[in-house]
Amino acid sequence: MIISIASGKGGTGKTTVATSLALSINEEVQFLDCDAEEPNAHIFLKPRIGETKKVYIPVPVVDTERCAYCGRCREVCAYNAIAVVKGSDGKKGSILVFSNLCHGCGSCAYFCPENAIKEVSREIGEIEIGTVGEMQFIHGRLSIGEAMAPPIIRQIKKYIDKTRTVIIDAPPGTSCPVVETVKKSDFCVLVTEPTPFGLNDLTLAVEVLKKLKIPFGIVINRSDLGDKRTDEYCKKNDIPVLMRIPFRREIAVAYSKGEPIVKIFPEYKKDFGDLFRKIKDEKPR
Amino acid sequence: MKVCVTSEGDKLESRVDPRFGRCQYFVIVDTETLQFDVVKNPNIDAAGGAGIQSGQLIAEKNVKSVLTGNVGPNAFQTLQAAGVEVITGISGTVKEAVEKYKKGGLKPTGGPSVGSKFGIPPKK
Repeated sequence: MIISIASGKGGTGKTTVATSLALSINEEVQFLDCDAEEPNAHIFLKPRIGETKKVYIPVPVVDTERCAYCGRCREVCAYNAIAVVKGSDGKKGSILVFSNLCHGCGSCAYFCPENAIKEVSREIGEIEIGTVGEMQFIHGRLSIGEAMAPPIIRQIKKYIDKTRTVIIDAPPGTSCPVVETVKKSDFCVLVTEPTPFGLNDLTLAVEVLKKLKIPFGIVINRSDLGDKRTDEYCKKNDIPVLMRIPFRREIAVAYSKGEPIVKIFPEYKKDFGDLFRKIKDEKPR
Repeated sequence: MKVCVTSEGDKLESRVDPRFGRCQYFVIVDTETLQFDVVKNPNIDAAGGAGIQSGQLIAEKNVKSVLTGNVGPNAFQTLQAAGVEVITGISGTVKEAVEKYKKGGLKPTGGPSVGSKFGIPPKK
């Protein structure tokens, strides 16, 4: 079973919930941190890393001898990553590839009528594979200055072992990296906080999951702060609230030291175990 | 000689748009006759690469210079590859910009004047 932990708003407690959930399950667990722009689950789980792999994406290189400056590559590029300046008055044209905008889809090379485009690998980050006791741990890290996390996330997700319970810590937000992360999950837990910001971004995340047809439920973190609007929203839209974590200073202090909730409050293991059971019950919704 | 002025409107009296890649209009003006063509910018809402596309569009218009408020790194690179000089820091109306240009003394910029994503309008 693949369970992703997402949020909409950042800083609501995705990693807090994901790590403590993973540590409370009495089954074989695989933990994936897909927040490749800012991985942080390793701070809490302290994995022993066994293997590091570079992640590459293919980017076009143009053979200017062959190029006829026809502009076909530029037309088919969905990301505006190529500029072709046609030559005039006997002057040769020029072609510019903006690698940072390239998603590595390969269309330019495929459609080039002159066969002038070759794809070469460009390193954009790495993934690390390790263990936390019996738990398998994988996360990825986008190189500084790079903008595209999805290729890293795809690489991480290639390691999904369906014989295990897979817990995926997602990036915040609702854009491409989140979609790539939660795609094909059996269930998604949305962690929110009962504030206007939390609710606004929760609503956006709910829309995404509905589009992707992924069953989901809510965990309300710092549940005794803020207002009632998140509860009202869940009730109105028939969204199950699976767990509430009241605010405790000790949890925040532990977080700042890189300690999961269940480590400092072992009694929470039961609550996270309950959360896991509820997820399993909710799944067929 | 033709120059391109980024504009908020489609007239010579319109104000210069301070953005290049995501400006409202490109006004292509003949500096001798003040006759002009207007190109509505199709790249205003591009998710990314607006500067590249706009640079490319203008490169095909055979203009000598671009007069605008600011230019980002990708647009600058594209225009440079096309041999189009970019003059930044322009304000006022399109007509005033062209007149100032004709008087001479405006220096082309040696590099981008703003970073990427400068021209993305704030969310409404």
